Amino acid sequence: MKQLITVENLHKSYGAHAALKGVSLAVEHSQLTALIGPSGCGKSTLLRCLNGLEQFDEGRICIGTITLEMHEGKLPADHSTKLRNLREQAGMVFQSFNLFPHLTVLENATLAPVVVKKQSKPAAEKIARELLKKVGLGERMDYYPSQLSGGQQQRAAIARALAMEPQVMLYDEPTSALDPTLVGEVLGIMRQLDDEGMTQVVVTHEMRFAREVADQVIVLSAGEIVEAGDPEVIFTAPSDERTREFLKGFLQ
Amino acid sequence: MRRRRDRETERRRDGEILQALYRSVSLSLLLSVSLFTTANAQDLRWGGDAEGGAPYLLPNPKNPREIVGFEIDLMNALAAQLKRKSVFVQNQWDGLVPGLQRGNYELAVNGIEITEDRQQQVNFSIAYYLCGERLSVRVEENAIQSLADLKGKVAGTLKASLAQRILEQAGGIEVRSYENQNNAYDDLAIGRLSAVLMDEPIAVYYSTPNPKLKLVGAPIEQMEYGIAVRKRDAALLQQVNDGLLALMRNGELQRIYEKWGIWNAATAQHFEKLTGAKAAQAADNSATNQVFQDFTQNQTRQLTWGERLQRWKSYLPPLLFVGAPMTLLISLLSMVVAVILGLALALVNLYAPQPFTWLARAYVEVMRGTPLLIQLYLIFYGLPNIGIRLSPIVAAVVGLGLNYAAYEAENYRAGINAIPRGQMEAALSLGMTRWQALQHIVVPQAMRLVIPPVTNDFIALFKDSSIVSVITMVELTKVYGQLASTYYDYIGVGLITATIYFLMGLPFVRLARWAEAKLATDKRVAASL
Repeated sequence: MKQLITVENLHKSYGAHAALKGVSLAVEHSQLTALIGPSGCGKSTLLRCLNGLEQFDEGRICIGTITLEMHEGKLPADHSTKLRNLREQAGMVFQSFNLFPHLTVLENATLAPVVVKKQSKPAAEKIARELLKKVGLGERMDYYPSQLSGGQQQRAAIARALAMEPQVMLYDEPTSALDPTLVGEVLGIMRQLDDEGMTQVVVTHEMRFAREVADQVIVLSAGEIVEAGDPEVIFTAPSDERTREFLKGFLQ
Repeated sequence: MRRRRDRETERRRDGEILQALYRSVSLSLLLSVSLFTTANAQDLRWGGDAEGGAPYLLPNPKNPREIVGFEIDLMNALAAQLKRKSVFVQNQWDGLVPGLQRGNYELAVNGIEITEDRQQQVNFSIAYYLCGERLSVRVEENAIQSLADLKGKVAGTLKASLAQRILEQAGGIEVRSYENQNNAYDDLAIGRLSAVLMDEPIAVYYSTPNPKLKLVGAPIEQMEYGIAVRKRDAALLQQVNDGLLALMRNGELQRIYEKWGIWNAATAQHFEKLTGAKAAQAADNSATNQVFQDFTQNQTRQLTWGERLQRWKSYLPPLLFVGAPMTLLISLLSMVVAVILGLALALVNLYAPQPFTWLARAYVEVMRGTPLLIQLYLIFYGLPNIGIRLSPIVAAVVGLGLNYAAYEAENYRAGINAIPRGQMEAALSLGMTRWQALQHIVVPQAMRLVIPPVTNDFIALFKDSSIVSVITMVELTKVYGQLASTYYDYIGVGLITATIYFLMGLPFVRLARWAEAKLATDKRVAASL
């Protein structure tokens, strides 16, 4: 299978603290990749680098045809254009949804296609309505975010990202802010997207989901990848001591 | 040849465009309540302050929209001599000479004493009126007969007047200076002052009608009122002098002064000396004069409630049709300037590269940290020195707008900072540029947040707009001042004016509430508004 995302030797520090210490990985088309690891291990930072929300210090990220490169902290001249191209390729879903509270659900999902991709409003609305129906919000399109439950908000956020027709979807702990009874509906959407062949990268603490749905699991610890591969292998017979230590907390 | 013709058609076309432009500009000027008086060569524009009061310049007690006074009569007669039309221009008294210098009018005429330091800035005509300063005290006061008796006591007079200088030079007197003669005489009547020293006509009109006060002593010093002319207008000065002389010769000036009850021996001698002809000597007969009687009646007579209501009703037209629209117009236009510039400043402050950020911050600090009054003076009287001559209304709008922009900038900055970071991140992650994210996501939400503080500022600006009377704008508070000093009715005019301010502000408060509810995304917030 063709690789859609490659990350090579990614470094990122916050002052003296090194958050990523030379991370390399690859994600194939239509795969669902789960990034797991203890708090502060750098998995969210890694995901945010993929979307250009964090600037990395060193290394290279390729998504599809777009490549971002940094050497010795120097920005290439066309950086901001590339960044926007990259973001158009990669849809992002946040832990706290970050829906636009002053817009209805439908407007949330049509604004970027109209403003960024210059779609006509009717065309953007047609696509958005289909996506909102798909995530089960067909009846809630004219509601404001504050009138929705957390699960509904997160599904709306997924539809908003999908409306830009990205090649890959990135999720930063998408169910962490949700009431446990609402987690299932969001994971259900991601499962459905996986079945349809969407490439997805998920930072998550939902180990059962990672084990059942992910094609690839990557374990990070202290800014480094300690293990990557088939979820069955990692969850049943981890080879690294740090993975075992981390998983033990979830098994208890 | 061809080229030349082309150039000609081009010129003609330019002319047409200019004409069209001119038409649209003049139309918009007309629409804006004839803000600018079109300067006409036939018009003899002269500045004075109608708040200065009787007998110089005052709103006609019978019809407050008309300005009357002996100086109006004088200037009408003088303009007739010059075959021109007298046009009165309202200007704050202590700004009369600066207003003349910046070209608001050709002459300044309002009881301006000819003094040496004024002569360094402008030329004066021959004196048109002579008088002394008169001392007023309370009726029961017997210890004060002259300046010498005032040692260690408190005396009041008008700001920047010759009387103020006399009191200061006398030594040992604590001098209080007032904007308005009524206030000085009031303070004397209630005992805040021991004496008041004013130009004789003022003393006659404002002190003698008050049964609690009396004039004491002889006139102190002698001063000459002159018409101020710009140094460069030598020809005009000559015309004015010739005109005044003619009016002295044909007795017109004397008739005017007699009509107003201010014809006196000093002026009569002065006229004799200049014309060589003997003028009719008149006693200071103000007490029997009709105009004076009418005026003092307004000031002192006890009114029945019916009369009082009738009078209050008569305040309404000038307040509502002259003052209020100007206040409203200035406030609205300045707020538009403040809102737009404020938002720009906030965005620069938050998102622009370093040097621009510093500039925006410096702007906010300087404009907030310096008095609005001084800013207005600089814009109106200072800028003409470098060739920028703004009309009063433009200067008022620019001054208030630039000042309030600093406050609005801080409102918006706070509003934008209150929007969670995640909003900007979500917008960027959807491929928007920073500018698009601001435009569609951050600023609209911040706008809603800042409606209450912005409304607050607008109400404040509404009332602050009264300050522009210092740059010759006649707005609500200026009309209040003129009416109050004419009718000597600070409480009545004051309450009515305050009510008008309040009622004018009210719709904006309601509008803000409505907008806040309408834009509320959280429906619980909307319900509570």
